[in-house]
Amino acid sequence: MVTTQPTVAEVRAWLEEIADPEIPVLSIVDLGILRDIEWSAASGEFVVSITPTYSGCPAIEVIADTIRNTLKERGVGKVRLETKLSPPWTTDWLTDDAKARLHEYGIAPPAKLIHVREIAPAMACPRCGSGRVELVSRFGSAPCKALYKCLNCLEPFDAFKQH
Amino acid sequence: MDNVLFEYLLRSGDNCLILSQRLSEWCGHGPVLEEDIALTNVALDLLGQARFWLSYAGEVEDAGRDEDKLAFLRDTRDFRNVLLVEQPSGDYAHTTARQFYFDAWHYLALGELSHSSDGRIAAIAEKARKEAAYHLERSVDWIIRLGDGTEESHHRMQCAADALWMYTGELFEMDEIDRAAEERGIGPNLTALRAPWRVQVERTFAEATLQVPAGQWMQRGGKRGVHTEKLGYVLAEMQFLQRAYPGSQW
Repeated sequence: MVTTQPTVAEVRAWLEEIADPEIPVLSIVDLGILRDIEWSAASGEFVVSITPTYSGCPAIEVIADTIRNTLKERGVGKVRLETKLSPPWTTDWLTDDAKARLHEYGIAPPAKLIHVREIAPAMACPRCGSGRVELVSRFGSAPCKALYKCLNCLEPFDAFKQH
Repeated sequence: MDNVLFEYLLRSGDNCLILSQRLSEWCGHGPVLEEDIALTNVALDLLGQARFWLSYAGEVEDAGRDEDKLAFLRDTRDFRNVLLVEQPSGDYAHTTARQFYFDAWHYLALGELSHSSDGRIAAIAEKARKEAAYHLERSVDWIIRLGDGTEESHHRMQCAADALWMYTGELFEMDEIDRAAEERGIGPNLTALRAPWRVQVERTFAEATLQVPAGQWMQRGGKRGVHTEKLGYVLAEMQFLQRAYPGSQW
């Protein structure tokens, strides 16, 4: 058991290690799911704020449990999790590094959001790099993904929906 | 208890919950795998939104009912969803028409609610609106694909659009709860959404080679708990577990 109080920076470093359960190459920090960590002196607990990617994304429950368990293992028992809806989650919070790792993993990263109602214009096949791609389905294996097909190498691939 | 706010939240939450339940009937029965996945993803978004609304409703009521109790332990007369969302899924054209009419309205309503004087409503609406925009794009695609498809798909799409038309009027109706909410800046004047909604319908139907239904008579009642007999069947399935095994936990 840790007896000294960890700092917010230490807590952040521990939580940065938590991978998204559906896209394990990204952490909850890469995705922007972890919004804030605060020490509340009044209640003597860490307040961890998280935001869901999509309203019904089931991964958020797993993520909340993992945060609690991770901190418990480090001796931090008093944790309060808060869900923060505003500002709403956007794929614009993904860093370039995170996007590069998505590409590496075989998922086409999201384009920069210009306007909510526009469909991703610039999309390249994560296997051969061709820009000749076709939308197969607006929805894929997770709420944050859509299904595309490359017209060059003919491989289907997942794309992270611009949101 | 703030009855106006409570009722208003139930309306938003129940619309999402009941439509989500209807869409999930397609799980495992979609015409193609991609559509099976699409409909259940839309259902999942709506279920998530329903949870936000109903959790808040439970807190406002402050009578010990959380989102689960509100979803699983109310009977038909206590549900506040519009009649449109409880209508049967029917064939794919009916599911598509129901979804398109709702999505086009939902996107507009959430846009207005994202400026609500109630900060929590504004936050939920702003998040949900991004999802509704995506749902609407898919619905528009399918209206066009079926309407401007084969003779058979066109016929079925027109029948479905006509059959569900009488349930669209209620979306724009203002009763005393809506007026009180509007006065407090909680929600919009729903009647004002009719014109932009109609533009969306006309534009989409024109591209889909469909006729905009001309019917004037509109069915109403869902918002104050007077439902079609269809809702009872939805609840019977959705609530079975909690009714048969009260208090059971997942």
